[in-house]
Amino acid sequence: MPHWLQLMLESLGPLLWAALVFTTPLTLLSFTFGLIVGLVVALIRLFGPRPLVAVVRFYVWIFRGTPLLVQLFLIFYGLPSVGILLDAFPAALIGFTLNIGAYSSEIIRAVIGSVPKGQWEAAYSIGMTWRQAMRRTILPQAGRVAVPPLSNTFISLVKDTSLAAAITVPEMFQAAQRIVAVTYEPLILYVEAALLYLAMSSVLSALQARLETRLNRYGGFLEARA
Amino acid sequence: MIGLTDIEKRFGDNVVLKGVSVAIAEGSVTALVGPSGGGKSTLLRCINLLEIPTSGTLRIGEETLAFKPGEKVASKDIQRLRRQTGMVFQNFQLFPHRTAIENVMEGLTTVLKWPVERARERALALLDKVGMAHKVDAWPATLSGGQQQRVAIARALAPSPKVLLCDEPTSALDPELAQEVVDVLGQLASEGTTMVMATHDLRLASKIANEVVFLEAGVVVESGQATSLFANPQRERTRRFIATLRHEQEGG
Repeated sequence: MPHWLQLMLESLGPLLWAALVFTTPLTLLSFTFGLIVGLVVALIRLFGPRPLVAVVRFYVWIFRGTPLLVQLFLIFYGLPSVGILLDAFPAALIGFTLNIGAYSSEIIRAVIGSVPKGQWEAAYSIGMTWRQAMRRTILPQAGRVAVPPLSNTFISLVKDTSLAAAITVPEMFQAAQRIVAVTYEPLILYVEAALLYLAMSSVLSALQARLETRLNRYGGFLEARA
Repeated sequence: MIGLTDIEKRFGDNVVLKGVSVAIAEGSVTALVGPSGGGKSTLLRCINLLEIPTSGTLRIGEETLAFKPGEKVASKDIQRLRRQTGMVFQNFQLFPHRTAIENVMEGLTTVLKWPVERARERALALLDKVGMAHKVDAWPATLSGGQQQRVAIARALAPSPKVLLCDEPTSALDPELAQEVVDVLGQLASEGTTMVMATHDLRLASKIANEVVFLEAGVVVESGQATSLFANPQRERTRRFIATLRHEQEGG
């Protein structure tokens, strides 16, 4: 067995373990919380009172306009100076959640706005309240349009979790760095890490395709609005 | 049974309805006719409060609501009146992510909290009534315009509204498909469904309406029984408008 293959196989265990214990939960949790933040922010921007709109616009401006790595450093290394001490994992979780929240809020705002006004009126005309119309009529249609752009965000997030290595979260990339530190084989280990990220993204792309097929089962809804 | 009293509707400085009063009897079919921008669609939408009148009074059955300029209307009151109505839109506006029967059931299960089985039974009966029993599980995108509009009529009727409001129900359809919809609405009329419709379609208006209200520039120019108003309009303006409609229909 060639040396490189042996090294890859030997390090596969620690890398997958780090992916399972840190990368995956960090991704899933921050994406879930980020979507909730994004939905709330989008609803405030579309329907909220003006002062609140200003607040959430400020939030989106800050988190879209500054590097994610800098945000993570501020939360983990910066906040202790004002007495807020966070462990590495929660710090990363907060950072990614707020970042995803800012980006996804713009997507959610756009897709909610893309549902024609006539659909609101149809929902109201059969007696629905605003909340019922939103939940039963608008969000399902908006959700379908949101799948491709939100999948982009999700796949970016999987890869961006590698930044958490810089604030001491022992996720997959940091696991690779540690092995490099003892084997002095950066090329082999980083190629292996890259391949594992690629595999995770590929799985997500496949899931996205399946989800789109499922949501498309009702056919072109542009025609349905004739 | 439905009373609109002194309804005024402003969009900013633009006064779309200028003190319109209309009374609609139970079981009657009223056609709102008149040129585009005359206010017929807005008046129709003031009945189910998709537009909130600036001032005036609206009564549907036992429910009454008064509007005053600058006064916000409680959403509870809007719901109370709106639930007396059903609406059919020009562009159908079926929910594209629900099948034909799910569209019809939606108001029953989500709004009235009916159990699914009971809602399904009623929806089936209504789809049968509009001649769509063979397309119960079809997606709206796979239906023709006339079929979509018939499903939309069933959806509007599902919660048993006191009045069915139709906003240009045939305008988006070619004549053949429009005929299907006219037939269904005619059948409903003969069964005593109270209807108010805004329409350009003289065939629709003359076939099923018994009352006509001619609106122009936000005021009622003339109103009365359909047969006499179409045959013998009193006002010159009404006469010219009806002549134009006839001409269009024969020519086109």
